[in-house]
Formats: sequence, C-alpha cells, structure tokens
Amino acid sequence: MSRSLFTKRRLAVATGFSAAALLLTSTPALAQDTEITAEAVQGTLDNVFVLIAAVLVIFMQAGFALVEAGLTRAKNVANIMMKNLMDFCVGALAFFAVGYAIAFGGAFDGVGKFIGGGGWFLGEEAFTYGTLDKTVFFTFQVAFAATAATIVSGAMAERTKFKSYIVYSFFISAIIYPIVVRWQWGGGWLFQLDTPFHDFAGSTIVHSVGGWAALVGAFVLGPRIGKYGPDGKPRAILGHSIPFAILGALILLIGWYGFNPGSWLAADGPVIGEVALNTTLGAVAGAVVSMITIWLKTGKPDVAMTANGLLGGLVAVTAGCYAISPIGAVIIGAIAGVLVVFSVFFFDRIKIDDPVGAVSVHGVCGSFGTIAVGLFSAKEVDGVVQKGLFWGGGADQLISQIIGVVAVAAFVMVAAFVLFSVIKATIGLRVTEEEEIAGLDVEEHGAPGYGIEQTV
Amino acid sequence: MQLITAIIKPYKIDDTKAALKAAGVAGITATEVKGFGRQGGHTETYRGAEYQVEFIPKIQLDMVVDDAMVDSVIQAITGAAATGKIGDGKVWVTPVSRLVRIRTGEEGTDAI
Repeated sequence: MSRSLFTKRRLAVATGFSAAALLLTSTPALAQDTEITAEAVQGTLDNVFVLIAAVLVIFMQAGFALVEAGLTRAKNVANIMMKNLMDFCVGALAFFAVGYAIAFGGAFDGVGKFIGGGGWFLGEEAFTYGTLDKTVFFTFQVAFAATAATIVSGAMAERTKFKSYIVYSFFISAIIYPIVVRWQWGGGWLFQLDTPFHDFAGSTIVHSVGGWAALVGAFVLGPRIGKYGPDGKPRAILGHSIPFAILGALILLIGWYGFNPGSWLAADGPVIGEVALNTTLGAVAGAVVSMITIWLKTGKPDVAMTANGLLGGLVAVTAGCYAISPIGAVIIGAIAGVLVVFSVFFFDRIKIDDPVGAVSVHGVCGSFGTIAVGLFSAKEVDGVVQKGLFWGGGADQLISQIIGVVAVAAFVMVAAFVLFSVIKATIGLRVTEEEEIAGLDVEEHGAPGYGIEQTV
Repeated sequence: MQLITAIIKPYKIDDTKAALKAAGVAGITATEVKGFGRQGGHTETYRGAEYQVEFIPKIQLDMVVDDAMVDSVIQAITGAAATGKIGDGKVWVTPVSRLVRIRTGEEGTDAI
C-alpha cells in the first residue's frame, strides 16, 4: 500500500512539473532565472514547511491565552487576554527591530560569542539559514520569541500592572531572549563548546527562559491576596474555566507540531516524522503520569494538573526530540509528569504564587528535558549532538547540557531580577490592594471581560 | 395563608417538584442558594492545594399555601427530598399577612 501511495505521489509531482514547465515556456522572462531542479523544489518545500510551522507556533499564543485565562479568576479575564495579545505584538516589534540582530547578526567570535549585532530591522545584512528566505526564517524565530515572552504572564497573573507588563515584554523580546538564542542557535559560545550544547527546539533556550523569568517575576511581585492563610498554608484559588484551560492545552499540543518538527528548518521526511513521533510520546506520557501522580497524592485526578503534565512532557521532550529514541521520549515525558506535580507543590510551599504552573512546566521540565539529552541521546552527529550516557556515549554531552542549563538559568534570573526590580522602583509592578480584590479588568482596561449586558 | 420555605439538595428538585404538584401546590419559586449547616462545609483539592468548600450549593423553594394544606405540603417535601444523609436541608413555615396577585388585584386565598 505504501508503495502505491508513493507512486501516486510521484505522479502528482510529475504532473506538477510538466504544468510548471508549460507555464515557463510561455513566459520566457521567468524561465531565464528560474530553472526547475530538485534543489529548487526542495528549497520551496523547505520554505513552505517552515512558514506553516511558524503559523502553528503563533497559534500557540491562543493556547497560552486560554490556559492562563482558564486557570485564573473571571474578574481578571480581560486583563490576562490583553497581556497575551500585547506581549506578542510588542514583542514582535522589539524582535524585528533589535532582537533578531542580537540573536543572529554579525561575527561569531569575540564578543559575538555572547551577543550578536547586524541586520537591524531585518536589513540587508540580516541572517538567514540554509534554503530559507530570511522573511520565512524571521517569522519562525519571532514566533519562538513570542513563546518565551508569553510564558511569564501566567505566573504573574491577577496582580501585575498592565503597563509594567508591557515594559517587561519589550525587554525580554528585545534583549534577554535574543542573547540566550545567540549563545546556541546564533552560533555563540554554547554552540562552540568542544561538545556543543544541544537543545533542538528550545526546552532551555525558549521554555526555561520564560520559566525562570516567570519565577523571578512571581518572586518580586509576591503572592496574590488570599493565596496563603494566616497559618501560612497555601490555599487553592480556583480558575474560572476548566474548558478554556483544556482547550488551551490542546491548542498548545497542536502548535508543538510546528515548534518541534519545524525546528529542523527543512522539509525532510524522515527527520520531521521522528521529531513529531517523539513530541507525541513525550506529551502523552507526561499527561498520563502526572494524572496518576496527582491521583495518588490527593485522591482525585486533577484536571488542570493533568494539563500541566501534558505541557511538561512537551517542554521536556523539546530539547531531545531529534536525538532520542521513541522509548527515550516516553521516559522523559513520564519523568516530567512526576516532576511537574512535585514542582507545583514545592513552589506553592515556598510562597512563589504561580497560578498556572508556568515555572514548573517551562522552567523545571525545560531544564530537566535538556539535561536528559545527555543521558538519552541515541544519535551521534558531529557538531550537533553526541550519544548520551545511557547509550554508551560517555558524559561529554551530559556535561555540556548541564553547562548550558545552568548558564541560561543564571543569566535569565539575574537579567529578569534587574528588569523587574527597576520596573518596581520606577513605575511600580503591582496593582493596589483595592484593585486586586475588585479585579483588574475594570480598573486597568475600563470594562469587565464578562457580564457587560447586566440588567441591574 | 402560610409561606412554606424549604432548603433541599439540588439533585432532589425534580422529585420534590413532582410531589408538590401532586399535593396540589399551584406555584413555587426556586432559587439557587449556598449555605452551611452543622457540618460546616468540606475540603477539596485543586492543583494539589486544599480549599474549604464553606458554602454548599442548595436550592430554596418558596410557596404560599392555604392553612389547610400546610401539613400535606410539608409531608410532600420531607418525603421527596429526604436521602437520610447529612445535608438534606430544612422546611419552615411563616405566616403571611397579605397576598396580592399583581395582574388582577385579587387578594388573599384567591391570589394563591
């Protein structure tokens, strides 16, 4: 069956070719500079594939918006939606203007190992990769920048001043995230280690950046009013829409098929298929195991925590989805499923109030998944990734993974601490007690998210 | 005329409504309410953190009936809404001094 399918596809391609050839003969001007070759077709396929992948990653913005809205209260729903809308818009402008140049521009030696420059505003010098047009590569990269930026809004939900969040969004997309990208995907010092650091689609470079910035943000802000009882014990503040949260988690799952397979940056059948398979297995293992973990711990299969497990599995498998085996993906997803539950308990107890579990999902599972590449990598590709400890590759890759994870965590935490502290000291970070209790929707944005048509 | 007020478990509303109709009650007002009794609510978990459900959802039924019907109406409610478990609710009776039907201006038992 697969053979006949293959023949059919070949026929379809051949028909396309002759139609294109016909078109070309009738328009000689075009025929002169465009020759139909296997490379030209592959190049077009690469561009189409990566652009579609970029759109899927941008769709993840909708997923984040719904997860965060669902797991917070109705009185703040307009505010959280607005934050998710504007961190993409402000972040994309910042990344276009300076972020992309810092991440990918200029030489890779000297200071260029740590921070790039060149191709500002996507100008002449702007970098691109392989067969991709720079516009396509930029669209894919800006979608990733937006993912890192939007992770933070959930952890800081229900108490952050809107204008302060806008300022944060600008700086993470303009400077903090691009510097981390520079270190690895931009050809910087992590990529130049003797055994290069390996983070295929960004467990550390994207997710942990958002996760650690979220941790610092939630720490500088302090917990929501009512989160801790007089005895200091954490209390649950229920989200207002589990359907939103689960729909959001499923949209994120769909988006991840752009995030991970798209990160191959070319339309190569076997590789993008393997990556998609590992992505699926990591996600489902994370969800199943987190459900079992919370069920054993509290007696009930908590819905929101199971969604966190799905996302934790996805985040964890993102670093290794190119290098690991399918069984490795199941194991990494499963461990993330346990980790995310205990991590949520841990941060609750040390008074980091993270309403959606962003620190646990993106920071903790992202770091774990990246380190796990050093254990579970089954591939040896020079200059890309070595076999992990469990596959007889020794500890070289593991050490590089730990260096990368620790360096990114340290840089992001320090940078985010400076950023949030400066915002706190100047325009303020937190809304007034009165506004927090009334809800941010009316005070910050002028109208409630729900219930505008009230009779009394 | 008496106002009979009952607080019952939400899932008993259909049985209770049927029993009240059978007992001859012409109309009832049902309201979704929340409250607690001697047990004082219970504990649940959300994302692993405990929270106290202090006010439990109930349904409040209000109906004005003729004095002669009071006993049979109370019997209908206690018969239909009882489960024998904690939280079945209560019924109480309050005298009504005046009753007016807004549409016609009828008063007293004619307005029931």
